[in-house]
Amino acid sequence: MKKLLILILSLALAVMMFSCGSNKKGDSKAQKSSQGGTKLTAAGASFPYPLYDKMFKNYSQQNDIQINYRPIGSGGGIRQIKNKIVDFAGTDAFIKDKQMKNVDGNILHIPTCIGAVVVSYNVDIGNASLKLTSDVLADIFLGNITKWNDPAIKKINPKADLPDQEITVVHRADGSGTTFIFSDYLSKVSNEWRTKVGAGKSLSWPVGLGGKANAGVAGLIKQQPGSIGYVEYIYAKQNNLPVSVIQNKSGNYVSPSVKSCSKAAEIDIPKDTRVTITNTDAPQGYPITSFTWLVLYKEQNYGSNTLKKTQAKLDLLWWMIHDGQKYTKQLDYAPLPENAIKRAEKILKSVTFDGKKVLEK
Amino acid sequence: MGKKSLRNKKNNKSGGESYSSSDFPFLWSFKNKLFNSGLFLAGITVILIVAGIFVSLIIASLPSIKEFGIDFLFSTKWNPVIEKFGALPFLVGTLLTSFLALAICIPFSLAISILLGEYFTEGWFASLVKTLTELLAGIPSVIYGFWGMFFLVPVVRYLENVIGVQPYGIGIFTSSLILAIMIIPYSASLGRDVIEMVPSEYKEAAYSLGATRFEVIKKIILPYSRSGIFAGIILALGRAVGETMAVTMLIGNSNKMPDSIFSPGNTMASVIANEFNESTFELYTSSLIEIGAVLFIVTIVINLVGKYIIKKFEVET
Repeated sequence: MKKLLILILSLALAVMMFSCGSNKKGDSKAQKSSQGGTKLTAAGASFPYPLYDKMFKNYSQQNDIQINYRPIGSGGGIRQIKNKIVDFAGTDAFIKDKQMKNVDGNILHIPTCIGAVVVSYNVDIGNASLKLTSDVLADIFLGNITKWNDPAIKKINPKADLPDQEITVVHRADGSGTTFIFSDYLSKVSNEWRTKVGAGKSLSWPVGLGGKANAGVAGLIKQQPGSIGYVEYIYAKQNNLPVSVIQNKSGNYVSPSVKSCSKAAEIDIPKDTRVTITNTDAPQGYPITSFTWLVLYKEQNYGSNTLKKTQAKLDLLWWMIHDGQKYTKQLDYAPLPENAIKRAEKILKSVTFDGKKVLEK
Repeated sequence: MGKKSLRNKKNNKSGGESYSSSDFPFLWSFKNKLFNSGLFLAGITVILIVAGIFVSLIIASLPSIKEFGIDFLFSTKWNPVIEKFGALPFLVGTLLTSFLALAICIPFSLAISILLGEYFTEGWFASLVKTLTELLAGIPSVIYGFWGMFFLVPVVRYLENVIGVQPYGIGIFTSSLILAIMIIPYSASLGRDVIEMVPSEYKEAAYSLGATRFEVIKKIILPYSRSGIFAGIILALGRAVGETMAVTMLIGNSNKMPDSIFSPGNTMASVIANEFNESTFELYTSSLIEIGAVLFIVTIVINLVGKYIIKKFEVET
């Protein structure tokens, strides 16, 4: 009994000493950074996190700045920017006018890259990729088409040997920007989808099974013979999942790639970039794509914010939409096309501190 | 006098101290008081925490309670797009998976309890079975989820093909199977303890009257220990109701009313885990929290009913 007590006490002591030691370390580090560079905190979408992480690491090597981005999800990011906890936030879905109403101040959206959602499947149709039109895709996810050898699928895949097999729809179970992009596309192309289901991060799905995160959906697709589901393009690419080729608005069958996703954004973008680019007019664009944004306040004089910090923040964002774009392709993100960069530049220039413009470029 | 000397004896034996606190009555009473107030504080803390959780759940779910009222419990619509929320599919999913799991688990845990409490009370076989059963309780639920996905799902899919229902493989039945395995140790270990505690006088008396072993188990052991066995079952049920990770991975996360035990569904714990993170507007968040409150109440009701039945079952000796 005594031995046990001694053991516990010494353990507690060790833990205390250890934590003290590490505390000291952290303190000195924090001091160092507060003396020199700026510290920015951000939070939000997890989808672009690998890209942001790489960008921030490279940027802070060249500049005296510390950037801490926590991938807690778009919803959490928006909540934190609303409460002014973070310097900027990341989101996969732009903030709607309705949500903007109860925000204290004006929030600006800066697109940083383009993501895409692909349709993956588990059915043996030979070597060719499965071709899908928007109508067929909507009908499958609505539960109107239930067999793989349905005439509608056969018609667009004449060469494929489609089996007489039930289709199992797989979707995301957790609220997700990926679901938003996918359902936004289906709402644009199908009246029935728009009225029955609609677009959102979580939906009331007419049919199917739900998997948690991209990995959960991909796992279910792999396991369920005859299944079809949607995942992020990058996830599908890095895991070599079969992806279907989808007919876009111009009638071209486009397979998802970094290039065809970038192309999708080569359309007329509104000045505030708050637009969904699904079902794009671009003839070679892949139809299920979306910007991902960083959001910040237009008027930066709030809380303990300083002009110096605002300057550093804007310099970082400027770098991200220009030099930083070179990191997109190596991580399988689609870079912003020229027209989107032009819009983003204008928005960054409009940021003010105490009513005065900050960025002089 | 007898007590005091016993205490002295104990102290000498374990600590090797030359005198004990009982030689100083003042010190002893001070220690006693300290100990008592410590116990009291711990008890009060538990009450405060439970009440605090319940109150904060109710406060956070007020917007949803105001909007939907009692309909929240009876509506089958869960649609964030049009901001309509009803918890019935999840309530049904939770109760269905838990009670199905319990039904599957009871024969096994009862058998293990009797085996370890009556047939093999000691020896390598007993300790092997006992250790393995207890090990089941220590496995993280995400591992059960993985194992279920890779092993159980294909088996269930094969079964579903044979009986001719839509062969999803995942769904309420699969979740119940995995839950049953997860909760066996809880009911089995408590069952074993109470079966072991059946006084041997009763058993011997029955044997001397010519009862067979089966008759002894049926007429003496089970009636004597049924309240304890039932307490174990309630404990297991409580665990099944709240289980999240393994169920999320295997239930199919379909927010609709299940048509059968083979169809995909969802549970209260699972929908909270899935959707809370991206619940972007107040009504959505508070509806999820209200589900949490409902889950809390369900757990309390199960415990109260369990307590009542345990009392009823108690054998007067």
